[in-house]
Amino acid sequence: MKFGIVRFPGSCDEVDAQLAASRVGQAELLWHGDRDLRGVDAVIVPGGFSYGDYLRVGAIARFSPVMESVIEFARGGGPVLGICNGFQVLCEAGLLPGALLPTAGLRFVCRQVDCVVEDAGTPFTRDTAPGDVLSIPVKHTTGRYHRPPDGDVRVVLRYAPGHNPNGSEDDIAAIASEAGNVFGLMPHPEHAVDPLTGSADGLKIFSSLAAVPA
Amino acid sequence: MRARVLVRPKAGILDPQGKAVERALPALGFDGVQNVHVGRLIELDVEDPGQLEAMCEKLLANPLIEDFEIQTS
Repeated sequence: MKFGIVRFPGSCDEVDAQLAASRVGQAELLWHGDRDLRGVDAVIVPGGFSYGDYLRVGAIARFSPVMESVIEFARGGGPVLGICNGFQVLCEAGLLPGALLPTAGLRFVCRQVDCVVEDAGTPFTRDTAPGDVLSIPVKHTTGRYHRPPDGDVRVVLRYAPGHNPNGSEDDIAAIASEAGNVFGLMPHPEHAVDPLTGSADGLKIFSSLAAVPA
Repeated sequence: MRARVLVRPKAGILDPQGKAVERALPALGFDGVQNVHVGRLIELDVEDPGQLEAMCEKLLANPLIEDFEIQTS
């Protein structure tokens, strides 16, 4: 499994994502100005502040050259993982339903949260079971998930009771596209891959993906 | 042509910025303030104002969470 991690101007978690993916496969960075996805098997859109988050989070990044290819890759069934800002970009790009709003408390939140697996049937959660609790950190200002008007969303992770850090509707922490190949989450699994930093639960997201036949 | 686009949080969506301002004003002695909402103003010169609607829907606003209003003069 070869992972490609997108680097936008303003990305800041692409190297951690690359290191996390490297634990379970090969991983290289993809530049935002290139359309070539270099034959990767999975794309990660990482956290950070793409294009300065100007106008609206994810709004400008969504139109970058690399995203044109990522959208095409996703529509063809390729697995795409969006973390934090990457989740916001995938929503803006229409690859995932809904939108992300400023935290209900308006503050930047940075803490370890428990997330409960609701759907272990996606390519991103096959190394988990429904009901498993994953301890993964969040760090964001704009992460309150808002459902689309028809409310139809494939929920993959929910914040455990008392752990919702941002006022997300129905404690939604992660969603997938209907087909399951596009996955977005506000918690940062790439920051939870080594017990030394508190939890290795995030690695399950990467190992799940690595087990997907390329 | 000079155009202004006003972008506001959609009605019914929790607007924590508006709430924060609403709480701050009485603290400064300005009473009787309600229903505060904070949005953004985009000013632009456009050759074809007919494109403004599409610009708003595609980039300037996210119609899922925001309403927009186009003003031209």
